[in-house]
Amino acid sequence: MTDALRPPPKKDPQKRTVTPTLPPTMRSRAALGLSAAAAEGRFALQSCAECGAVQYPPRDACSRCLSTGLRWRDVDPGGTLLAETTIHTTVDVYFRERMPWRTGSVQLDAGPVVIAHVHGDVTTRGRVRMWNLLDRAGQAVLVAMPEGRTPHMEDDPQLREMTADPKHRRILIADARNPNAPALARALKDAGAAMLIAGEAEGWRPYPHRDALAALGVDLQPMDVTDTASVKKLAGEYGGKTDILINNARFMRPGGVLARGDTAFARDEIEVNYLGLMRLAQAFGPGMCARAQDGVNSAAAWVNILTVEALSNDPAYGCFNASNAAALSLSQSLRAEFRGAGLRVMNVLTGPTEDDWYQPLPPPKVGHAALARSVVEGLQRGLEDVYCGDVAKDLVERFRRDPKVLERERTGGTA
Amino acid sequence: MARRRQGYDGVVLTAPVTVPYQRYSIDTAHFWIARALRATLDAAGLKPLDIDGFSVASFTLFPDTPVGLTQHLGLCPRWLDTIPMGGASGVVALRRAASAVQAGDADIVACVAGDTNQIDSFRKLLSSFSRFAMDASYPYGFGGPSANFALLTDRYMTEFNATREDFGRLCVAQRANALRNPHAVMKKPLTMEDYLTARPIADPIALFDCVMPVAGAEAFLVMTEDEALRRNLPFARIAGAIERHNAHVDDPIQLRGGWTMDRDELWDMAACAPGDMDLIQTYDDYPVISLMQIEDLGFCDKGAAPDFLRDRDLTIDGDFPHNTSGGQLSAGQAGAAGGFIGLVEAIRQVTGQAGPTQVKGARRALVSGFGMINYDRGLCTGAAVLEAA
Repeated sequence: MTDALRPPPKKDPQKRTVTPTLPPTMRSRAALGLSAAAAEGRFALQSCAECGAVQYPPRDACSRCLSTGLRWRDVDPGGTLLAETTIHTTVDVYFRERMPWRTGSVQLDAGPVVIAHVHGDVTTRGRVRMWNLLDRAGQAVLVAMPEGRTPHMEDDPQLREMTADPKHRRILIADARNPNAPALARALKDAGAAMLIAGEAEGWRPYPHRDALAALGVDLQPMDVTDTASVKKLAGEYGGKTDILINNARFMRPGGVLARGDTAFARDEIEVNYLGLMRLAQAFGPGMCARAQDGVNSAAAWVNILTVEALSNDPAYGCFNASNAAALSLSQSLRAEFRGAGLRVMNVLTGPTEDDWYQPLPPPKVGHAALARSVVEGLQRGLEDVYCGDVAKDLVERFRRDPKVLERERTGGTA
Repeated sequence: MARRRQGYDGVVLTAPVTVPYQRYSIDTAHFWIARALRATLDAAGLKPLDIDGFSVASFTLFPDTPVGLTQHLGLCPRWLDTIPMGGASGVVALRRAASAVQAGDADIVACVAGDTNQIDSFRKLLSSFSRFAMDASYPYGFGGPSANFALLTDRYMTEFNATREDFGRLCVAQRANALRNPHAVMKKPLTMEDYLTARPIADPIALFDCVMPVAGAEAFLVMTEDEALRRNLPFARIAGAIERHNAHVDDPIQLRGGWTMDRDELWDMAACAPGDMDLIQTYDDYPVISLMQIEDLGFCDKGAAPDFLRDRDLTIDGDFPHNTSGGQLSAGQAGAAGGFIGLVEAIRQVTGQAGPTQVKGARRALVSGFGMINYDRGLCTGAAVLEAA
């Protein structure tokens, strides 16, 4: 049984902060398919388009029929632990600091035998359920989990290395004024967050859910993502204890290029949605990177909430979507820059949300509670890409099928 | 139906040499290979240009290959080979060289294996060993081969009711042998108590189940029997030899090796049986694999090695002399030379040149190789039966 994780004691300032190190990072190109699946929390393996054989480790040709037509496909995550070991000694600097480490050999119901990390609650020769997770290096690793839930299973020290679980972590919500802030705060609090801070722009200006935030115990601090000085000031005070940063700041107005007479709104959209992200990252990023492996409440993740239309524009919100496309692209750069520290970037791409500026659109829309649930679940599974709501899931599927066809569909031209 | 392997009539092995191992070396693989080559040539009274075949096994030559070595060492071979097969490299080198001599592609082949071991060599070698290992085993705790063998050992123990004492008996006997080998890296006696209480490495593997990486080199010459007679060199004959790669792919975990596919032909070729061997040399990077070789080469049934060994004495003077130089477990693992250590010692044994580790009246030896944990199992297996002239 997993021991419940205890809230960490206050940090002893004389103690060394663990220098971020990474588990082995190099992978073949074929193996990156597993990382792509892990980024979304899917357990997928290559299977042969000709003979159907499921393959592992990832490869370039089928080991049964030599076909080079291998496709990544979700497969049955069930399996049985064939053998196991607890490793006590290694020459790798990352694992050295985390010994002992349990691994095992798992016979998958889908066919192959895999070497996997083994959760502490898996029994000897027991049945397991495979999770495909991203490790601190941002690469996919397979984790053999107990078949059913066990008490405190998320607290397993090996598993926690692969996730960004909010439990016992201190979380900064960038924009208290965003109507989704109370739902985010509630969900994170329920997930065990130790402390919630929210940035409040223009504190003199009232907004309806301020009392709700206060009632949830959220510490409201002045910060406006368009004002570098205010971002730096808050980072100076709270940067050293920000374990998860949720960038929910958003400025949006409807309309494409011609619907607007000037660039005023576009400038605001870029200021908040794109440069706001950059300001936050420049102020909070270095400190979070330095603390990315600082024990139970290490810095763990950076979350951006973006519209899924960043992938493919819809002219009804054309300029806003463009600013989100810029932010999405910037997040990829940030993800690479954070990788050396093992800090992850999670983008939650949502369909139209239940708020004022999307009012003319028909349902389904993403409610605040559903968005908050996606954020928390994504952190608990250590995901990189979360598609929240039916519209987002539909759009990304069509995007993967053919981005150009999708562009035509969205910009007119289908019956 | 595959055709039968040809024998190696008229081809012999001679001039076995071991360059004494060192725990760490500031020198390169080139240095170690040069020393082994020089020593084997000296043993036969030859000069570098007298050999026309050259076979090399090494992990740490980068960025060179044996091609670069010909220029580096001043050789002009008409037959050149590289053996990237780790623990199976000795048997494979001997098979290929013997075929080359038989075919007239070369008259005298020098087979050399050597590696250096600098500080951090081992970690670097592990980090770039194979693509499957890089993708699918290192990221899982980076336990190296110890973690792989821990899984096999765990499964072997439950499948066949083996105990740690069963493995310990083999390790303890090899240490006793090593104490008679002045060049063995391990010089202290090992008791069963020491073995059982050693610090854990990757359960159930503990310290004395593991080899110590060292720098070192091994070499021998392959030539025609006439050539050896003319030069008055003591030589061993190759009664039979087999190799196999990636056998038993459907076994979920490795409890047997490719030897099982070829052993009948090996004993047929050699016209003898396991019981006729005066000594055996198995590849012993971890004791479990030595037990599997003893089973898979027909000394006992599958899973019966623990019982089989319980009743036997594995030391030099015992009734089942095994890894007489101390093997890798006690003499050290010098990279690819770990694939040669048993073969070179066996040549010494059947030619009566083993000195302090000599098994009395040794005329027949089995040598077995096992190499390359590409992902979850060793892929290369080989074995040879050597006979005194």
